[in-house]
Amino acid sequence: MENTIVSASKFNAWFGDNHVVKDVSIGIEKNQVIAVMGPSGCGKTTFLRCINRMHELIPGATAKGSLKLYNDEVYTMNPIYVRYKIGMVFQRPNPFPNLSIYDNVIAGYKLNGLKVAKADQDNIVEKSLTSAALWKEVKDSLHKKGTFLSGGQQQRLCIARAIAMEPEVILFDEPTSALDPISTSSVEQLFHELKANYTLIIVTHNMQQAARVSDKTAFFYMGELVEFDDTKQMFTAPSDVRTQNYITGRFS
Amino acid sequence: MEPRIGLRNTKSNIFKGVIVFFAFVITLPLIIVLLYIIKQGVTQVNWHFLTHVPAPVGETGGGIANALVGSIIIIAMSSIVAIPIGMLAGIYLSENPGTKLAYYSGLCVDILQGVPSIVVGIVVYFWVVKPWVIDLGVVHIKNPFGGSFSAVSGSIALAIMMMPIVIRSTEQTLRLLPPSLKEAALSLGVPYHRVIIKVIIPCGFSGILSGIMLSIARIIGETAPLLFTAFGSPFLSYAIGKPMESLPHLIYTYATSPYDDWHNLAWGASFILLMFVLILNIVTKVITRKWKIQL
Repeated sequence: MENTIVSASKFNAWFGDNHVVKDVSIGIEKNQVIAVMGPSGCGKTTFLRCINRMHELIPGATAKGSLKLYNDEVYTMNPIYVRYKIGMVFQRPNPFPNLSIYDNVIAGYKLNGLKVAKADQDNIVEKSLTSAALWKEVKDSLHKKGTFLSGGQQQRLCIARAIAMEPEVILFDEPTSALDPISTSSVEQLFHELKANYTLIIVTHNMQQAARVSDKTAFFYMGELVEFDDTKQMFTAPSDVRTQNYITGRFS
Repeated sequence: MEPRIGLRNTKSNIFKGVIVFFAFVITLPLIIVLLYIIKQGVTQVNWHFLTHVPAPVGETGGGIANALVGSIIIIAMSSIVAIPIGMLAGIYLSENPGTKLAYYSGLCVDILQGVPSIVVGIVVYFWVVKPWVIDLGVVHIKNPFGGSFSAVSGSIALAIMMMPIVIRSTEQTLRLLPPSLKEAALSLGVPYHRVIIKVIIPCGFSGILSGIMLSIARIIGETAPLLFTAFGSPFLSYAIGKPMESLPHLIYTYATSPYDDWHNLAWGASFILLMFVLILNIVTKVITRKWKIQL
């Protein structure tokens, strides 16, 4: 595939002896929104965290197999470089409580000690906040602490923080599970706009959300990738019986 | 059987009365001590008292400048040693719970905290104050401060007492920070050491600082370890290799002397010491409230 940006083949991950991701092979294309769904404990979040090597930060966590960003093996690259290229947004909004909104957006540069001219910083902040659909709401209070924002705004701030680093891929780990419905829909709206420039991989518990926002859906069950197909196809005519059972609510 | 509601209520009220009474009683020792020291000490304190060294017996006037300067120098030197070591060890303990090293060093910290201060003093006396030579054949390593009581040895003793407090308060502060904070920084490709320096420490700063303040308040009044180490001196001294006066040691020496003038000096010094501790405690409370970062 020409356009493949993230690909895995026979990829496995463990927590200690617990085999949580089993022989996953997948090819994700550029500028698409991928939903990863499945019941709790199916390994979807673990797989997501392997992509930018956040998995290995947990003591006892290991991984094996091939996982590539373009043609480079993620597990032989420097994790710091991987995380520049593959941003992440977490389940709960986690802006830095000691930093202002402005500094939160630019945090990737500041915390890494990368020198950026003031004018460029202003540009990055405005561009990122605009992309995260937050600029209008916060442009007059950029120097207030990020934690004064509402939950949904904080989550968009975290998205802006990830965008500011200009990654290739942004991973979302159940990004709306801690948000109210209105904030959820504003974040979902954002996914459609972001895919022009980035590839989004979204872990979600919510099947409706997967159906609403994604181009393709991956269904994980018991650590295996059961099915990976166009979202429409998957929700109308799944090829695997387990997918069908999950979608129709026979287990969850 | 008919429940005797009236009797029960009376019992409850008596019980309530008793606990309120004791809650009030425990404030009395502090109030009495405070009032007594203020009454005895406050009349002694004036500018002359703070800027002059004690006068010889028979002469009027004199102050505690030597002890004030000595205490500040000794505490400053202890802090320079204990704060960085304590913070770094505290960071390790909070970052690596469950490891063997964390378990054993945590245990040592707890035991160290319980070691009587006089024992710390005597150990430092043998290490730093007594002269010793290690004969390695070619070279002889000599105790650089051996042979004399010194401010350095006092600072080492106090640093040993200060460290466990700084370690535990740093550890406990950082443990309360949510792990998502660290993940946020790591996911931006920030290397581990910068995560600690730029995110973890700033977010826990008010807690760490208040631990440091409390540890200073704790050691500023320590007398026992200074008896064998910094000892004391009637003169204003800045030489850290020589004996140096400190507030608690001055109080000890002058309060046990037979002269009334010297007793008054001790009362004045007690008042100053008390004010130090009180101010440190109040500043700590203000810092924790004002600088606390809303998570």
